[in-house]
Order: sequence, then C-alpha cells, then structure tokens
Amino acid sequence: MLMKKWSLIILLLLFISLPIFVQAKYPLHLLIMVGIWSIAASSLNLILGYTGQGSLGHAAFFGIGAYASALLMIKLGLSFWFALPLASCVAAFFGFLIGLPALRTRGSYFAIATLGFNMIVTIIIEHWESLTQGGAGISGIPKPHPLNLPLVGKLAFTSMITQYYLVLFFLVLTFFLIYRIVHSPVGKTYLAIRGGEPLAESLGINAMGNKLVSFTTSAFFAGLAGSLYASYHGFISPDTSNFHLGFDLLIYLLVGGVATMPGPIIGAVIMTLIPESLQFLLEYRIIFYGGFLILIVIFLPRGLVGLWQTTFWPKLRKAGQSNRG
Amino acid sequence: MILFFQQILNGVLIGSVYSLMALGLTLIYGILHIPNFAHGNKYMLGAFISLTLVSLFKINYWLAILLSMVVLALIGLLVERYIYLPLRDQPHINSFIAAIGLLLLLEGIAFAIWGGEWHRFPFAYRQNLSFFGITITLHRLLVIVAAAVLILLLQLFIKKTTLGWTIEAVAQDREGAQLVGINVQWVSGMAFAIGTALAAAASSLIAPVYLVYPAMGSLPLIKAFVVIILGGMGSLPGAVIGGYLLGLIESLAGGYISMIYADLFAFAVLVIVLAIKPTGLFGKKAEG
Repeated sequence: MLMKKWSLIILLLLFISLPIFVQAKYPLHLLIMVGIWSIAASSLNLILGYTGQGSLGHAAFFGIGAYASALLMIKLGLSFWFALPLASCVAAFFGFLIGLPALRTRGSYFAIATLGFNMIVTIIIEHWESLTQGGAGISGIPKPHPLNLPLVGKLAFTSMITQYYLVLFFLVLTFFLIYRIVHSPVGKTYLAIRGGEPLAESLGINAMGNKLVSFTTSAFFAGLAGSLYASYHGFISPDTSNFHLGFDLLIYLLVGGVATMPGPIIGAVIMTLIPESLQFLLEYRIIFYGGFLILIVIFLPRGLVGLWQTTFWPKLRKAGQSNRG
Repeated sequence: MILFFQQILNGVLIGSVYSLMALGLTLIYGILHIPNFAHGNKYMLGAFISLTLVSLFKINYWLAILLSMVVLALIGLLVERYIYLPLRDQPHINSFIAAIGLLLLLEGIAFAIWGGEWHRFPFAYRQNLSFFGITITLHRLLVIVAAAVLILLLQLFIKKTTLGWTIEAVAQDREGAQLVGINVQWVSGMAFAIGTALAAAASSLIAPVYLVYPAMGSLPLIKAFVVIILGGMGSLPGAVIGGYLLGLIESLAGGYISMIYADLFAFAVLVIVLAIKPTGLFGKKAEG
C-alpha cells in the first residue's frame, strides 16, 4: 500500500510539473481537454463501473452543467467560482429527476432510457431558444475571475498554463472524492448492487436509493466537467450534450479499465492521443478508431489497468517476493 | 379532417420503417440478448448499397433492394461470427462497446467510400395519387405496402417454417435448444442475417423519400429502440405494433401540436412507458 501512495504522489508531481516541459499551445490544449474528459469519465465510472448501471446518457449532464454554468455567469453575472458548484448541483438535480424513472429499469432498458433522456435534453436545449439561444449556442463564456491568494497575490486565469492547473485541481479533487466514496461502506454497497441487485436487496440494501444517490453524484461530477469545459472553451452549443460524448466516455472507461480509479484518466489520455497521432490518416481515422475499439473489447476487456493488475503487477510482486525469500 | 387522414398516412409510412427496423433489432436481441447499436449504421449501409446499385449500375429499384438485403445479410453473418460471438460470455457492457465500435467503423467506411454529402436517390414512381382530398406519392404508398408484405412474410416465416421455429426456440431458451440438438451458433447467425437484411429493406424503401448520408442511421436507430421499449423487448408483435404506433404518435403530434418538437414526442413516449410499464406492451420479464 505504501507503493501505491508513493506512485500516486510521484504521478501528481509529474502532472504538476508538466507545463514546465510542455509549453506549446496545442499540446497544452490537449492536456486540458484530457483533464476535462477524465473528470467526466470518472463520473461515469461511479455509476457504471462501481454501481453497475450502464448509463449511455451522461453527455446530457455534461451539457446541462455547461449550459447552467454559462447562463449563471452571463445572465446572472455570477462569478465562475459560484457558477461552477451551482451548475454542478443543477446537473445533479437533473440526475436525480432522470434517475427516478430511469433507475426503475435495468440493463439494456436502463441504457436506452438514459439515451432517450439524453436526446430529450439535447432537443430541449436546441429548441428552447429564449433560454439557451438554441442552435446558435452561447459564446463569450467568461474565464474564471482572478483569485486573490494570500501569498501569491492575484492569480488570473487567462493563460493556458493557469487553466491547465485549474483543470488539474478539479481532476485531483474529483479523483479524491470519488476515491473516498468508493472506498467507504457506501462504495461497498454500490459494488454489492453491481454484483447482483436481488442478492443485495435480500441483504437489506436499499438498491433504488443507493442507485439514485450514485447516479445523482455521478451527474454532479459530469456537470462539473461541463462547467469547466464551458469556461475553457468559451463557446457551447446543443452539440455539447450530444450523446456521442457519452459513448466516448464509455470508451475511455473501457480502454482504461472499468471500476478502477486510474482507468478513466488513462483511457482519456490514450483515446485522445490516438486520433491526434492518426491525423495523417484523415478520413480513415474513424475506421481505425472503431476497429481499435472492437479489438480492445474482445482482447482486452478489463482495460489497460486490468491488464496491469492481472498480468504485470502479480509478476512484479512475485519477483519482489522471491528476492526477499 | 383532411389533415388528420394525411397525418395518419404519414404516420403509417414512418411507422412501417420503424417496424422493420425494430423487427430486425428484436430478432437480434431475442437471440443474442444484446441491443445492437450498430444496427443504425447497417441500415445506413443498406441505403447506400441500394443507392449505388441503382444510380451506378442502373439496376431496377426492387431488385436493388433485394440485393442490398442479401449483402447486408452477409455482413450481418460476418459481424455475428467475428465480433459478437467472442463476446458472448462477457458482461453485456462489452457487447455494447463492440457495437459502438462497429457503429464507428461502418460510419467511417461509408464516409470513406461515399463521402459526407447528402445523396439524393434517383427517383421512380413520382406520380402523385389523390383520393378523398389526400395526396400521396405512388412511391410512399408502395413503401407502405411493401413493408406490410415484408412483415407478413416474416411472420409466416417465423410461425410456419422449421427455421422460424428454430429461431423462436433458441430465443426462448438457448440451452434447451442445444439439448434438443439445434445448432445454436448457426441459428444465431441466421437470425442476425435476417435482422440485418430487414434493416437494409427499411432504409432502401425509405431512402428515396429522404436523403442518404453516413449519419442517417442514428435517429432511426434510437427511434427503433423506443419502439422496442414501447412494444416490449424481445416481442416480435410488439415491435410491429409499437413501430406503427410510434409512427402515428409522432405524425399526429407533429402535425397537430408542433412540427419542431416532433422528435421530442417519441422520447416523451419512452419516458412515459418507462415510468408506467417498463416492460412495454408485450414485453417479457425485465432484464436482470
């Protein structure tokens, strides 16, 4: 366990020091987007990986978070630092509303239900023009207001590097919070539900209540990611809630490793880097992407972290043990 | 009053397409228990293949549809054998993802071969018919009839032929079917092939009415899923009735309430069904 703590700290230091090595705009942009997707993928991991409910509509909460944040900042003049948590709560609220009917179903039904809700959200965003400006989207979303820090003085968020740290901060926060949830008795309850709902209920677990809480929390973090996206990108449209995003998140989870903590992050990193490095393939990119996905799911179903856990790590441990013994 | 009947006719038209799609999906779901998300893009491929056959090779429209169905059936067989079969023992989520991968793959291929523009189907049967003040193109009428014929044929096939019984048997109880000596693997492949062919039929029939482009499968796919939930997953009659019902609801609501929000009504139906009776009109027990 000490190994784990140290490797986490080292990784953290690595991420914090990254901007020293990576100064160019485009790679930084990629890193920031990876960070945002990681938060969103982690949110999906909570309900899907740990609670076993395969939601395909998470893009809805991402979009709701983005729009809520943008509208709070632009129409009500709130500062980002208030808008972000509020918007996340709005997303969580919708998670609750949608979860109420949707979680009464399971498996494929549930997946389709969430997908249907996602489409409803997208359609409403697109057509409620008085509120959301419809298909034109909202532009000019402000970046976070400068913070007054005690020692450092004013910290403005205009440069990409500061935004990278902002996203990194929230990623670490999300990671930490989800980690705590998952490793608490509540987390064990979720795992029990994932393992088999009827069995869990026979043990006295309130499946519906727990699923609802998990779903709502997951929506919260998805909304948080959406808010970050809104401020970073500056522009959002109904497309921000497009269900394809939900599919992308699912892919990141699978490639990285479902129900693992580093999984979503690793998945986001790899699946963002791959299209980038495949730029030269132009329109054949999607073909490659789809094919890659199929191969991964057939040959590497537990994702990369799963591969590490089942193959490499035991070998390393064995090597370590035989050295001692 | 005229508007009412016009909308009914439109509803039946759209409903036919939804039914065919949903039938294909249900066949696949009944046998393999995976909701096949790539179905939409097979539908799209079917349309493109028909389009190419008609415009490039100048083949007769109906023949093109049949050929397209055959090609898609073959593709369906391949997909089942090489993608879904290896994943059968894994958690369902993996098949979801494979389906999504396939979806992307097919879309990418279509994009690469045919480009991203919207294609118009070279049109036949353009004559307008008019009765009781309602106008409809001959083609649309033919689509309704053709779809109904296909559905009837399928029904006969399932109920009256040995292969049809075998498919039903496997859908009811895979292991039981194996015990009786049915080659489950082969039957799964067949069901998949037929389901995919139905998608090709659906899209080829409706293609001349709308446009053909790589992303055309997404919305019909989701609607087809709504149909399945409405009718009950795994129920063939449910798929048909649900399909026509959804088509009618969409058309009537769209015509009388709001054209813009027409799609929304389809999903509203989804929500209502899930809230009241998640297993749908004819559905079997809820998925565990």
